[in-house]
Amino acid sequence: MSRIVSYIARAAWPFCLVYGLYIVLHGHLTPGGGFQGGAVMATGAALMMVSGAWGAAGREGHFRRAEGLESLGLIGFIAVAFGGLLFGAAFFQNWLANTGTSFFGLAVVPGPNGGVMRTAGTLPLMNLAVGIEVFGGISVILCALQRTFHHADGDEDGDDIPDVADGEARPGGGKPVEQVIAAIRGEEAGDDD
Amino acid sequence: MSTPLPINACFIPPLLVGFPLLGAFLLPLAVKVARPLRTALFLFVTAVTSGLALWLAWVVLANGGAPVSYLFGAAKGAALAVPAADGEMPIRILFHIDAASALMLGVTALTSLAAALVAVCSEAGATGKRFFYPLFLLLVGGVYGMCLTGDLFNFFVFLEITSLSGSALAAYRIDRGLAAEAGLKYACVSSLAGLSFLLGTGILLAQHNLLNMAAIAAHFAGAGLTRLDLVALALLVAPLLLKCGAVPMHHWTPDTYSRAPHPVSAFLLVSSQASLYGLFRVVFTIYGGAEGFPARTLGLALLAVAVLSMFIGVTMALLQHDVKRLIAHHAVSQTGYMILGAATCLFVLPGAAQVADFGRDALAGSFFHMMNYALYNGLLFVGAGAVIYRTGRRNLDAMGGLARAMPWTAVCFGVGALAIAGIPPLSGFASKWVLYESSFRLSPFLALVAMVVSLLTLASFVKVFQSMFLGPEKAGFAEVRDVPMPWGVAMVFLAVLTLLIGLFPGVVMDRVLLPAADALLHPSAYCAIFEPGVP
Repeated sequence: MSRIVSYIARAAWPFCLVYGLYIVLHGHLTPGGGFQGGAVMATGAALMMVSGAWGAAGREGHFRRAEGLESLGLIGFIAVAFGGLLFGAAFFQNWLANTGTSFFGLAVVPGPNGGVMRTAGTLPLMNLAVGIEVFGGISVILCALQRTFHHADGDEDGDDIPDVADGEARPGGGKPVEQVIAAIRGEEAGDDD
Repeated sequence: MSTPLPINACFIPPLLVGFPLLGAFLLPLAVKVARPLRTALFLFVTAVTSGLALWLAWVVLANGGAPVSYLFGAAKGAALAVPAADGEMPIRILFHIDAASALMLGVTALTSLAAALVAVCSEAGATGKRFFYPLFLLLVGGVYGMCLTGDLFNFFVFLEITSLSGSALAAYRIDRGLAAEAGLKYACVSSLAGLSFLLGTGILLAQHNLLNMAAIAAHFAGAGLTRLDLVALALLVAPLLLKCGAVPMHHWTPDTYSRAPHPVSAFLLVSSQASLYGLFRVVFTIYGGAEGFPARTLGLALLAVAVLSMFIGVTMALLQHDVKRLIAHHAVSQTGYMILGAATCLFVLPGAAQVADFGRDALAGSFFHMMNYALYNGLLFVGAGAVIYRTGRRNLDAMGGLARAMPWTAVCFGVGALAIAGIPPLSGFASKWVLYESSFRLSPFLALVAMVVSLLTLASFVKVFQSMFLGPEKAGFAEVRDVPMPWGVAMVFLAVLTLLIGLFPGVVMDRVLLPAADALLHPSAYCAIFEPGVP
């Protein structure tokens, strides 16, 4: 990709995150929520990967961080559910709603209004957990796909240029796609063409 | 029948799903702290969940089989419907555990514990444990969910969780693409089954605005069935038959069971059992009490499926040389036995006298065989897995004389082989005997097929045991030792259970199996929770 594309992607990245977080945090008031917001954030990550703004150097780091986010989101979700058992009466009980605390504990205002952010109890917390999880999970998938593509192309450094010309032995285990498929099928790759 | 506990009086049901999920999500973090912590946490979570499941099963059975209910997100003793007015039905998720669910919980608890012990050994030297253990815990949690839930859509969700984690685990060791193919096949047929089940559920929801099993059953008992309900019945029964591996939808079982990692093969059996339990739940609890339920037609169809499964499974097994593939074909044949008992009971369901005479026993025999099968077939898979693990060979013709090198494995595998062949005093004999006697009362032909299949099973396992463990030692086995300690413990555990159930079948029958059969035959107890407010 050209430098212009990666520059624009870099500029758009924080906006993707902010917009995604907005959708996540307003999940209990407006259409959207954890999954949709997380997917928007992950779109930003996809943009960064495709445009080459995240070079090959940090790829493993991204993978690990995305995995960490995935675990964190899932643990957060189940922890809020267990919170219902600890602080309320039942698993998944909304133990924060209508408690009067300003931490999402305010009563819901009926009728047309601008929407009160600090309502709905554990719903926003679960939205946040799902948002983090989806952001992490989709990023993990994207990282894995990116790694596989570059691997199959014999492009270990991820700069979209094959490391060696076609027809030569490829270092680092990179193989043409046909050979990878043939290896999966357990056949020897034929050079009939 | 004693009085049911108030809603949410028992706190265990959500933990059986919550703990495996929490454990699965904590594992990737635990490994960042210390590597052995992951194995310890995995075993700890499985053991605690198994303990809780057995406790819950005991609570239900000690209370005379009265259902224990858990309403998600509700306070103790809360109203069931939200809101209760205008005949609105519950939108809440309900876990509803009666004696039949309790039996499945016990089976899941025992087998998952053994499979987890084996997994710790069999995966010890392999890479990629990062995803293996979490997926395994997801599979365990999904199976518990299928046994616990009282809601059709919720059942579908747990069915999908087990399908996804099960197919990922089956394909986990790619094995030159063979396991990948097996996993893909399992994923495809499972998603087909899941979609069909969802369609059936959707038809019921669209007509009656109900998802809760007990509520639907109560509605059917009062209002009878529409033609569309029968379509939904077919859409619910077929995928569950597919998921439990009955002929003619058994084509995935040999591939998936034989290529999955050994502990996964052992536990996938239980996930198939959970589908069979779901089938019984749909047929007996939901539809069984309804006016116009075609019990004879469906019973006849299931009898045909049962006979075909028994016969085709065992005849295919006779041809096999790959030991795990052979056992997988026997799994199809054993599934036939379980369907045989339930189908016998279903066929005579319209006649109360015949049900009391032998139908109830046939259904209890079905449950008995499910329980025994999960234990001894799990034992066979981990025993065969032990041999493959140590020798690296799967082909029966390439093995021989291993009893000297692997005495514990040989003894435990022998117990499993005798049990599956129905030799007294092991558990397989007891459950098969119940099935012979009860199906004989319906038609001697059924009992005859079951006995012939049992004989062929014996012949097949004589061959397996002889070629694996007896005879002269083949070359290349000088270095072979017995399996690591936890693996051996798991095998001995399953073998001892198989022996104990075989020695005291009466106790198990009276305390566990007859209450489970009664729970299915008397859906009114299951639906009691909905009686007052049903429209």
